[in-house]
Amino acid sequence: MILRTDMAAYKLNPDNWVDLYADYLFNYAIARVSDAEIAKDLVQETFFAGLNSAKNYKGDAAERTWLIAILKRKVIDHYRKINSNKGKAEVRINYNASSESEGDWLEEQVADPFSRDGDNNIENEELGLAIEECISKLPKKQSLVFKMKTIQGMSTEDICNELGINPSNLWVMIHRARTSLMGCMNQTWF
Amino acid sequence: MKISLEKAKQICTKSQYGEATWWELLQLNVYLLFSKECSDFSAKNKKLTSLCERAGLDTLSEDDKDDMKKKLKEHF
Repeated sequence: MILRTDMAAYKLNPDNWVDLYADYLFNYAIARVSDAEIAKDLVQETFFAGLNSAKNYKGDAAERTWLIAILKRKVIDHYRKINSNKGKAEVRINYNASSESEGDWLEEQVADPFSRDGDNNIENEELGLAIEECISKLPKKQSLVFKMKTIQGMSTEDICNELGINPSNLWVMIHRARTSLMGCMNQTWF
Repeated sequence: MKISLEKAKQICTKSQYGEATWWELLQLNVYLLFSKECSDFSAKNKKLTSLCERAGLDTLSEDDKDDMKKKLKEHF
């Protein structure tokens, strides 16, 4: 059990950090670094940093918000480290060697002002975090079964074997999880 | 043939993963004809599926989480 008096004062609960926040932080990180291994390392470093700076936690923000703030710094540090390893930032532009496209390359590099890709990415990230937040409110076993089935796409048989449950139990748990998620997300996304 | 509303909703959930049998689907479709509550639930259930797909969620494996917990305790 991990407990310190300064954590107890402001209700930090590191024992539950992995269960409650790891997936949420992981989704936040992976949207920014696009690499699962790096995202996983950043989440682990965030937890370490959280423990190290627990005395700075004043209880003004929720525990998860506080951890996200730490993770943001970790992501920035990650990109700084990459750039310092390269010596300096690089800008790469793919020039088209085709003579037919000569003169078009500059226009091709300019962002399309009518593109909705950026907005969609932000909205999808917000959506992902909203779903994660709702999943984190589910009972642990429901959350686990829902993730294994819906996010990891595991077969019913494999989940049942791994968790020692029968298919009927699995479907009841998934059904309850989905019903709770619909209620949780109803106001914003439905 | 007659099933409860709760059973119909459960079949609806199962069908979101393509794992409802043809008999269950038949029971559900008959139920949907007469129950607005069930058809509302079905619409929301489909919406939830599409939201989950759109969000492109990732998750850490239980092994990864156990490893994280272990390292966290060691770090402390």
